[in-house]
Amino acid sequence: MNTKINILSANKTFGKGDGGEVALLNINLDIENNEFVTFVGASGCGKSTLLRCIGGLESLSSGSINLDGAPINKPGANRAMVFQHYSLYPWLTVINNIKFSRLLRAGREDLTSSDVEAASGRADALLALMGLTQVRNSYPNQLSGGMQQRVAIARALMPRPQILLMDEPFGALNAQTREVMHDLILHVSKLEKTTIVFVTHDVEEAIYLGQRVVVMAPRPGRIDSIYQVDLPAKRDQDMKLSPRFLQHKKEILTRIRETAGMHTDYELLERMTRQAEVG
Amino acid sequence: MLPIKAAIESWRGMWVIRGELSRRAYWLLALVGLLLPIAAWWWLSGSGLMDKVFMPSPLDVLMRALTWFKDDDLMHDVGISTYRVFAGFVLSAVLAIPLGVLIGTYQPMKAMFEPLTDFIRYMPAVAFIPLVMLWVGIDEGSKIAIIFIGTFFQMVLMIAEDIRRVPINQIEAAHTMGANRGEIVSLVIIPSAKPALLDTLRITMGWAWTYLVVAELVAANSGLGYSILRAQRFMQTDKIFAGIILIGLIGLAIDQLFRWLHRKSFPWLHA
Repeated sequence: MNTKINILSANKTFGKGDGGEVALLNINLDIENNEFVTFVGASGCGKSTLLRCIGGLESLSSGSINLDGAPINKPGANRAMVFQHYSLYPWLTVINNIKFSRLLRAGREDLTSSDVEAASGRADALLALMGLTQVRNSYPNQLSGGMQQRVAIARALMPRPQILLMDEPFGALNAQTREVMHDLILHVSKLEKTTIVFVTHDVEEAIYLGQRVVVMAPRPGRIDSIYQVDLPAKRDQDMKLSPRFLQHKKEILTRIRETAGMHTDYELLERMTRQAEVG
Repeated sequence: MLPIKAAIESWRGMWVIRGELSRRAYWLLALVGLLLPIAAWWWLSGSGLMDKVFMPSPLDVLMRALTWFKDDDLMHDVGISTYRVFAGFVLSAVLAIPLGVLIGTYQPMKAMFEPLTDFIRYMPAVAFIPLVMLWVGIDEGSKIAIIFIGTFFQMVLMIAEDIRRVPINQIEAAHTMGANRGEIVSLVIIPSAKPALLDTLRITMGWAWTYLVVAELVAANSGLGYSILRAQRFMQTDKIFAGIILIGLIGLAIDQLFRWLHRKSFPWLHA
């Protein structure tokens, strides 16, 4: 069996009794080795909660998440996480941020000089891969938002995690920077053979990056539908204009709109406008 | 443009909300802010509106400070007071930092100690003087104890708050890189909170100085606070002024030292 992550009837409730909020309701999903899965959905659909449960930062109320058959109950170095912001260590230089996981290990065991050298080699390779060589010795607050997220990704990849969990990592970046980051992360996933679970609110991003797009619905948080993305494995930005891409986008946006339970009452709006004009 | 018109323009430019101010204008205004009260004081003392006994002139105060320095061993008073403040401050920092870190990190510690500390910090330090005299006696220990009581409880709460302000994402990122509890405290929480902690120490150091006079109420026979209290008995208002201003100047110097230390210790913040 080459399934990596098995999510089995996972439930998560915040709070207790009638006031409790069901964040995740009966989630079942298998994620394959080296797969790139994206999660989209209206806010409150539980996509971030599910990601945090896979990361071990939150525990399920019932059900289980297994990694190669072993249940996940706490965070581990095999599941790295990239957050939207404020996760870098501003007192460390770029290179030392990237080496942080190595610093942890070095504190525990006596590393030989060749280990340290190998680690430096890996850090330098990641630095080059992420286009950070120029800012090696800069501090994070000297970098733009896009560069900071490159550092965060490099730091997450440092201990060679099996799984990379990304929680709206590019949500705060401008559109141009985001496109560059998309191609970069696709390149990384191929090169590092990392399984990537990616949460976003941007449907275009979800389709462009994902081999599968999981659409979640809110109240209670649940899986609404799953789309196998029918695009060539090697993506390029022009595909965003292809009929297939647009078809996926239309279908997914419709699903999200229908499940969000939010719509604008144009009739009411028009009536109010007319009243305001008369008054 | 006419020079007056230009001056009006630049004056208006200074009053933009959260606007910019040139370095020269900043120091000029700072100097005005410092000199204005002195000028007002000088004028008031010379105007005859107030008795010289109650309102000595700046020059009188300066002369008194000089004779204090030459004949009355001012430096001994400065030294002993500085020692008391530092001893009380260091003692409270040594205990407050670990306790504050624990309260800010672990909920049970917060539950156990925060309400208690909140309760004690409202008790006036002065009111502890009789107890301190009975328990600690009347030597140096009692003065240090008063300064300790005045600063410690505030310091603990402020440090706990600094620790709580460490972004949760920094902590969770470390979790997902496999860090254990101890590593997260020592390699993430403390380094992340350090600049805020140093600022807290700077602020509480100021409070420690404000408790000096209170502390030297306790059977002291030297020190700046004690000299101020004794000068009152002999109607030496000029010495009271000199003592108060000296404490202010020492405080200002220490504050600048802390700020300098901040710049030196955290280059990443000032880069």
